[in-house]
Amino acid sequence: MRTELKKQNKRQKISEKFGELKQKNEGALISYVMAGDPSLEASSGIVKALVKGGVDIIELGFPFSDPVADGPTIQVAGQRALAAGMDIERYFELVRDLEVDVPLVCMTYYNPVFRYGVEKFVENASDAGISGLIIPDIPVEEAADLKTNCDTHGIDLIFLVAPSTTDARIQKILKRGSGFIYLVSRLGVTGERDDVAASTKELLARVKTDIPKAVGFGISSGKQAAELRKAGADAVIVGSAFVRIIEEGKDVNERLETLARELKSSILKAS
Amino acid sequence: MAGTTISELQEISELQIISESQVKGKYGKFGGQYVPEVLMPALEELEKGYEKYKNDPEFLAELGHYLKDFAGRETPLYFARNLSKKYGTKIYLKREDLVHGGAHKLNNVIGQALLAKYMGKNRLIAETGAGQHGTATAMAGANLGFETVVYMGAKDVKRQQMNAYRMELMGTEVKAVDTGSKTLKDAINEAFRDWVTNIGNTHYLIGSVVGPHPYPMIVRDFQSVIGREVKEQAMEKEGRLPDTIIACAGGGSNAMGIFHSFIGDRKVRLIAVEAGGKALNCTEKAALHSASLCTGEEGILHGARTKVLQDRNGQILESKSISAGLDYSGVGPELASLVESGRVTARYVTDKEALEAFNELSRLEGIIPALESSHALAYLKKAADCGELGDFVVLNLSGRGDKDLETVMGLKKGV
Repeated sequence: MRTELKKQNKRQKISEKFGELKQKNEGALISYVMAGDPSLEASSGIVKALVKGGVDIIELGFPFSDPVADGPTIQVAGQRALAAGMDIERYFELVRDLEVDVPLVCMTYYNPVFRYGVEKFVENASDAGISGLIIPDIPVEEAADLKTNCDTHGIDLIFLVAPSTTDARIQKILKRGSGFIYLVSRLGVTGERDDVAASTKELLARVKTDIPKAVGFGISSGKQAAELRKAGADAVIVGSAFVRIIEEGKDVNERLETLARELKSSILKAS
Repeated sequence: MAGTTISELQEISELQIISESQVKGKYGKFGGQYVPEVLMPALEELEKGYEKYKNDPEFLAELGHYLKDFAGRETPLYFARNLSKKYGTKIYLKREDLVHGGAHKLNNVIGQALLAKYMGKNRLIAETGAGQHGTATAMAGANLGFETVVYMGAKDVKRQQMNAYRMELMGTEVKAVDTGSKTLKDAINEAFRDWVTNIGNTHYLIGSVVGPHPYPMIVRDFQSVIGREVKEQAMEKEGRLPDTIIACAGGGSNAMGIFHSFIGDRKVRLIAVEAGGKALNCTEKAALHSASLCTGEEGILHGARTKVLQDRNGQILESKSISAGLDYSGVGPELASLVESGRVTARYVTDKEALEAFNELSRLEGIIPALESSHALAYLKKAADCGELGDFVVLNLSGRGDKDLETVMGLKKGV
């Protein structure tokens, strides 16, 4: 019975959240932070501050030693989390104990999941109250096992689409993805940039689906967020800008909340 | 050149069917394409390009020309008389140390660089550990007129200043990678990031039989010229195939290169010798060795499912070896599969044993071997003791040791 007690089912599912926002004609703000950065204890306060600032969905990274899809800001955050002692059991414990009701999405690389055991990972993630999973180094072709397990345990498997993705591949990805589709705003890795690339708008137009479209990689300002919302994004994902505040280490929770509020209000104005 | 003809490349395709399962790019349960979506179109483009040109007469003629007149193929199969006497059997050395640049690396590099040219790319990027693959890439880049960037761990740049300088001499930009462990695996991560950003005009020239499909296949095909030559030369010199073929294995490109033509010849024993470093132990964050075939666990690294040095949380462990070219936490998926199926035997020797073999070959034959190849040489002694050698042995002397003199001198001084 103990495991039953540990289950965390109170949180909203991703589809519920987007359904609610759609009724209000409101764009979503999704934030990314690394679990355990800078310490195991800090994460709970960080997530709460983001939610207080108006974040609709939290992506909580699990660190990997060799994160090929990430830029230096998030890579270094992962190194800090590993140095702080983050491991998979502690990650699930942290997620289970978080006192927030927004949907939580786990983002990590495939090797930690594979090594832990795909089925066990997905089951424990679901029990801990994770509602979505993003694995940037697993394209649809390799995801059959993961997808089956996610379906069994009611977790959305979120796939990425890049400007280089062909229309044929987009169709393949849309068939298998759920929760939201993660549109990579530009070629390259995660990290902050100033502008919104023309290729992003083109990609938003190319991806035709009822699944909510969330744009990420390189977004850090309210201006960019508003522009993307106007171009048809259902959600905007901001990572490195939040992670950098954590890295700087000064008035972290206040600044996270302020940035979240600023981004969310830009999205609201553009909605 | 004499080595590559269309019929021989067709022979390669037939062999692929033998060694690969039904699924594209899978070797048993190993291999695959575990990469960010942004790279998938680039991998598809590369695979299509390779399929298009691998049988193209013009491409093959140009490749043949470069292999013969630029790289210096074919390389001799040298009867090592004194070494043979010592171990009481016939030992031949495949002299890849005589390839331009001093190692087998150029076989693959010239093939891929030429392919990139045919595919209309104008920029090459590569990762390098010790600098051998980077140097070969710099050579091909200069010769074929590419803008060339080589990623090298900051620690390795310091350890291998001469190689970094060699690359720069040939017009290559060497970028020191300051993230993670600052060694080969971080250089690979960084090269992937560059490729993700510049896939339009850039070819990522991977230096070993690692990474996502189609790389393990392409690199193996370009390196398999080694084994094809050995097969002919063995028939010429001994009138039969060898009993045993020995090669060192880090990523596994020289091993796959010499093994590939013999996979169907079940009587030929194939031995891959890994770097056992100081000992086959692991600390919390690092292994004291690079023996992923002997001790690694199944995992996903740099785009492929293979044997990987990792901790219980699936974090990749740093590897360790006296030889920078073997110092890698993963291994090629096809080699992992061949070891799993029992066709290839994986063994290891320690840093100390490799050093002894380095000295031994220098003294006995007047050939200074690379520290990588010294691992294969060191296994001769163990193989002789346990009767694995047979009467006719071919050992892949994958590189020359001039690059290692500083390392060895440092060790002798106790630095």
